[in-house]
Amino acid sequence: MTIKSLEDLRKIKAESQLQTKARKSNDTQIIIGMGTCGIAAGAREVMTAVLEELAKRNLNNVSVLQTGCIGMCQKEPLLDVVRPGEDRVTYGPVSPSDVPRIIAEHLVNGNIVEDLVVAKIPNKE
Amino acid sequence: MALVRAHILICTGTGCTASGAKDVLAKFDEELKAKKLRDEVSLVETGCHGFCEGGPLVIIYPEGTFYTRVKPADVAEIVEEHILKGRTVSRLLFKEPLTAEKVPNYDEIAFYKKQHRLVLKNCGHINPDSIEEYIGADGYEGLAKAILTMTPEQVVEEMKKTGLRGRGGGGFPTGMKWMFCAKSPGPKKYVICNADEGDPGAFMDRSLLEGDPHAILEGMAICAYAIGSDEGYIYCRAEYPLAIKRLKKAIAQAEEAGLLGQNILGTNFSFTLHIKEGAGAFVCGEETALMASIEGRRGMPRPRPPFPAVKGLWDKPSNINNVETFANVPYIFRVGAEEYAKLGTEKSKGTKVFALTGKINNTGLAEVPMGITMREIIFDIGGGIIGGKKFKAVQIGGPSGGCIPEQLLDTPIDYDSLIAAGAMMGSGGLVVMDEDTCMVDVAKFFLNFTQSESCGKCTPCREGTKRMLEMLTAITEGKGQDGDIEKLEKLAKSIKAGALCALGQTAPNPILSTLRYFRNEYEAHIYDKKCPAGVCTALIGYKITDKCVGCGLCKKVCPVEAISGEPKGKHTIDPDKCIKCGACMEKCPFKAIIRG
Repeated sequence: MTIKSLEDLRKIKAESQLQTKARKSNDTQIIIGMGTCGIAAGAREVMTAVLEELAKRNLNNVSVLQTGCIGMCQKEPLLDVVRPGEDRVTYGPVSPSDVPRIIAEHLVNGNIVEDLVVAKIPNKE
Repeated sequence: MALVRAHILICTGTGCTASGAKDVLAKFDEELKAKKLRDEVSLVETGCHGFCEGGPLVIIYPEGTFYTRVKPADVAEIVEEHILKGRTVSRLLFKEPLTAEKVPNYDEIAFYKKQHRLVLKNCGHINPDSIEEYIGADGYEGLAKAILTMTPEQVVEEMKKTGLRGRGGGGFPTGMKWMFCAKSPGPKKYVICNADEGDPGAFMDRSLLEGDPHAILEGMAICAYAIGSDEGYIYCRAEYPLAIKRLKKAIAQAEEAGLLGQNILGTNFSFTLHIKEGAGAFVCGEETALMASIEGRRGMPRPRPPFPAVKGLWDKPSNINNVETFANVPYIFRVGAEEYAKLGTEKSKGTKVFALTGKINNTGLAEVPMGITMREIIFDIGGGIIGGKKFKAVQIGGPSGGCIPEQLLDTPIDYDSLIAAGAMMGSGGLVVMDEDTCMVDVAKFFLNFTQSESCGKCTPCREGTKRMLEMLTAITEGKGQDGDIEKLEKLAKSIKAGALCALGQTAPNPILSTLRYFRNEYEAHIYDKKCPAGVCTALIGYKITDKCVGCGLCKKVCPVEAISGEPKGKHTIDPDKCIKCGACMEKCPFKAIIRG
């Protein structure tokens, strides 16, 4: 790596910022239920699928978070999508094969995947 | 490669390493691998966060959860609960000392809230061993801007406009210093970074070198461009092995990237850097002694003028600044002088990093804008005095500085207000003292330090500090005489006027400032033969009062059998046998034993 100009420097800066992007909280979040029930139902595999899909699509402005059991164990694995200014949507049961669809439809295009929705939590703002 | 969803930042600065951060790091690696999470969670070693009191520190992003005092035994729980299940491990969260409230988030802790981190911005937030992360945090943009869009004269002018003053102690305007050196004729010039941080209680330079080494290199390169130099030295004390290791790595990375070395950023400007390890003499922090040491001669100051800007290292014009000063430079050239000069007071611009030590709850580093009061630093950021005791004084600027008593706590801090108060900014080390501190003893401590660090070249410093120390020792041993205070004052003033370098000229400051604010303590030692704080053993004694019920506990605990008395009768202490250890006073359940 040799930096010969301001453009080179800016390029490395942008690349490096991608790597450290997870060091700040984003407004857009995917939250996966990782209680004992969630893990037993396959939440780990869902999480892996989410990370792979985000990497594939180069989506760096999404924070992937976990949460515990919310008491709806029969619907696990649960996956919530939070977008700024919109209702929080809980999907379940989610299988790894559903993940690309949720990310493509909801996160990228902004359309809720209605057939997988368990609940919607109204946006309070 | 899968997306990294979480970053675990572990501070491996000297403070946290000493409290076991390396073991915590290894354990995290092991646990993450065992849980097959290693690919999606990145483990990053960082420099110092400045909150050394709570070390080892672990911060987990994206949540920004701040865990303190993490032991290897806690790691499995953090990985299981936080990383896997997303639940905060609340028992490891930081607890505010004043409110006992648990604070999960980094930015909400009172210690950080009042701080304004420009220089320490990256410390603890980037991996100091990675040039990419530094560049990602706006690194080397100031250098690029300076050498690609400005002439050296413009760079010097820009520095002058900031009003930045040297952070090493003297507070000389940095822009002026650069201008003098830039105007000195000659093809060969040197840039030197003074990283010989030696004040007891000061560690901001070390934290900067360890936590953000590239910022120092960038600052030095901008300076080199401004003054027309192609070679520089970082003089770092050998007691900072981690700082030296990270600096070496940073220099190698910057050279590989074409940001140091030949033809920087494709221009004609070249700048190579060397590291010189100091052998630990305090006097080598003095610029002329430092340069003598780089040249391989004995570290001794010489008279100035000629100043280094005219005749410095190997008799060539040289510009020498302190670590923190250089660390300000990249930010200045990124945002511009006007933006920078908005911070601080009229005559002292920008921020200053203070190292908080002594009897304070939150030991660590605090970067604040100039003009903040000492009360805010000690009570709002520092969390007050340990054990809720009463504040007595704070020593600022190490052995060259002075103490600031309670009544001056609300003075806004800048270079000039501190000089007016009889102290000095110095490096910015703050040693906080509570009611149990004897001010004569404190003066003796600092004088003992300067006396043993005096290089011996000039008589006022060599002989003067020795005599002053003898007098202080006599006073603390109860052998003080009428007239000693006046003699001390006279001697102190002659040393200030006569010594060759700053070490000698400032050595009497601790005596003068304690005399100014705590003269009554000196008088109590000399005339009443008493140490009001109960520190000087020769001047204290223990007495049993009428509260004694004759339980005999004190008699049992006394190591020299100085206490006698019948059961259920009042006991007495034989002052000839008593060694003043204080064990009896601590043991007495009825508080019947007093010191006096």
